[in-house]
Amino acid sequence: METTLYTITVYTENFVGLLNQITIIFTRRQINIETLTVSKSSIPGIHKFTITAETTEDMVTKVMKQIEKRIDVLKAFFHTDDDIIYQEVALYKIGAEALLENPQVESIVRKYNARILEVNRSFAVLELSGHTEDTQELFERLKEFHVLQFVRTGRIAVTKSTIERLSDFLAEMEARNPENKCVE
Amino acid sequence: MKGAEALMCSLLEERVNTIFGYPGGQIINVFDAMYSYQDSIKHILTRHEQGAVHAAQGYARVSGEVGVVVVTSGPGATNVITGLADAMLDSTPLVVIAGQVGSTMLGTDAFQETDVIGISQPITKWSYQIRKASEIPWAVARAFYIAREGRPGPVVLDITKDAQAEMMDFEYKPCTFIRSYQPYPTLNDEAVKKAADLINRAKRPLALVGQGVMLGHAEAELEAFLTKADIPVGCTLLGLSSIPTGCKYNKGMLGMHGNIGPNIKTTECDVLIAIGMRFDDRVTGDLKKYAKQAQIIHLDIDAAEIDKNVKTEVAVIANAKESLPAITALLKKNKHKEWIKSFDEYDQKELEKVIEPEIHPATGAITMGEVVHEISEATKHQAVLVTDVGQNQMMAARYFKFSQTRSMVTSGGLGTMGFALPAAIGAAVGAPERTVCCFAGDGGIQMTIQELGTIMQYKIPVKMIVLNNSFLGMVRQWQELFYKERYSSTPMVNPDFPLVAKAYGIRGRMVSKREDLNAAIADMLSDNDAYLLEVQVEENGMVYPMIPAGTSVEQLILGD
Repeated sequence: METTLYTITVYTENFVGLLNQITIIFTRRQINIETLTVSKSSIPGIHKFTITAETTEDMVTKVMKQIEKRIDVLKAFFHTDDDIIYQEVALYKIGAEALLENPQVESIVRKYNARILEVNRSFAVLELSGHTEDTQELFERLKEFHVLQFVRTGRIAVTKSTIERLSDFLAEMEARNPENKCVE
Repeated sequence: MKGAEALMCSLLEERVNTIFGYPGGQIINVFDAMYSYQDSIKHILTRHEQGAVHAAQGYARVSGEVGVVVVTSGPGATNVITGLADAMLDSTPLVVIAGQVGSTMLGTDAFQETDVIGISQPITKWSYQIRKASEIPWAVARAFYIAREGRPGPVVLDITKDAQAEMMDFEYKPCTFIRSYQPYPTLNDEAVKKAADLINRAKRPLALVGQGVMLGHAEAELEAFLTKADIPVGCTLLGLSSIPTGCKYNKGMLGMHGNIGPNIKTTECDVLIAIGMRFDDRVTGDLKKYAKQAQIIHLDIDAAEIDKNVKTEVAVIANAKESLPAITALLKKNKHKEWIKSFDEYDQKELEKVIEPEIHPATGAITMGEVVHEISEATKHQAVLVTDVGQNQMMAARYFKFSQTRSMVTSGGLGTMGFALPAAIGAAVGAPERTVCCFAGDGGIQMTIQELGTIMQYKIPVKMIVLNNSFLGMVRQWQELFYKERYSSTPMVNPDFPLVAKAYGIRGRMVSKREDLNAAIADMLSDNDAYLLEVQVEENGMVYPMIPAGTSVEQLILGD
């Protein structure tokens, strides 16, 4: 079976324990979560999970339906890389002398368009946003100068579609609310 | 009022009149409040929390109401886990209220603390921890709504000791809407039309019926559907009793130990209409060979079931109560006389090779099928059947006949041994006007035999039939067929079951001779109280037909 890296976005109510409810669905199917980012969404009270996982289309469809089945999950979508604009952020900590004593470091920073967030007597912190391959490539280049710490966030993504599907969904759901009907 | 009292008031608002449970330290406030409400809410004290949850399941299955369980924290809560998993797989509406340590003690490994939410999340429809008294009415309203509406399932409310004791102003508002949950998906007219089209053009249509029909109260709609298009039907284990056994369209049970006709016909039909069933592996066998020639229409309320195991041509995601009449309206009146007649050949073969030798054996020890058959006849097929798991379950499912809906209570998905006795208690409480016959093997009955105490205390008139073959029969059957007769840990030395019953003040009798069987059954059924009938049956009895696990209907074993 051919596998693809899928980006799954899940919108939920803000209750304790939602993360566990979502991850156990992956666990049951023996699917490894590659990255995971959780944050508040643009709509107050609604949280957004962005998960990437390598699996088949058939499986991601089943998993998505099982996630949506959870009561406090509003909606789940899945995308391939072609459908979305996505980004990750990486931080690299290197020793101050490596930065000061090696002129190559400056050219690497320029070439990759990395930002220098902090320089002090003992270390410097670089930041790069990009796809995994980009941030990984910079890490490989900096390795010879001894990277003290390296960390990368999970993926965040927006769709290329012009429709905000969650808002439509919420409007549709609210239309079912009997209390709203009483007001009309 | 106190949170504990608010809980009682909330349960009353949800029209709860029966609770199954067991008290303990962290739920003591709730039991204290219950004491003041005993005129309106009856608490049935089981002998183990697992008994309470299975009793609530039996109650829910026969009555269609939400079963309610109240237990304490820690071991009280972990003892209901099996029942929760069982109710989740079999779509049984439950609200389980568990006590929890005080909110300041949470996460400290306090005495009788367990992470009940964490443990129960994978096996519940919803679980929620209440830490403030003010949340109680909201959480209870939501719990009942979730347990009951849509595809039913178990809900856990984990309520801290301080929330039970805290003072609050009580105001109750039933839950009618959750924006993240649509229990009844909107019927898709396009899908309905496509489904009706396929059925209208079908030459050899076959319907498969699961519990969804009973859960959706769509028995009459099913009958109208089958009658209009003249479609034969097979029932899943949990779908049994959704149409009477005697109905001319009812071709019997599907699956591993089901009837030959409906199983074979899944490989011959041109259109397969699955209604409120989930293509469990015990029904389909090898998916690679399952109904490959057929176009499949799947009617289910749960979108996650569509294409989960079997790829469908048309999916109609809705309550069967809505989807069936919508499709029926578009169906042409049809006749499939030849097709329906083509089942006869298999029915005849099964009757001769399997059924007759099982239910009317001339010689040898009593057989399980014979006992089930005689009891079904003696109750005029009006009784509620409760089974345990294993050979007793399959024999009961095969040979018990049904004349009314919600008459079959069994652990289908999880296959929980020990289910029958407590579930039968719940069924008797939930359907007090009906006779409840509980079939269990010598193994399963002993897993929850302590519930004889509950039967004694509350005078619950359950008819218990222990089919004793001194073996864990179904495992023994597999060992005989597939493990070279190496009977590893399946022979059982058993107590004198009627004597055990006697210790609890319950009448009982043991039968081992064929000529005594009918008199014993008559004695059991004429008694107004609980009764335990032990029947010593053939040790080497086998359940046939059998489609071995992971194979297809072509590999069917008849055992002749």
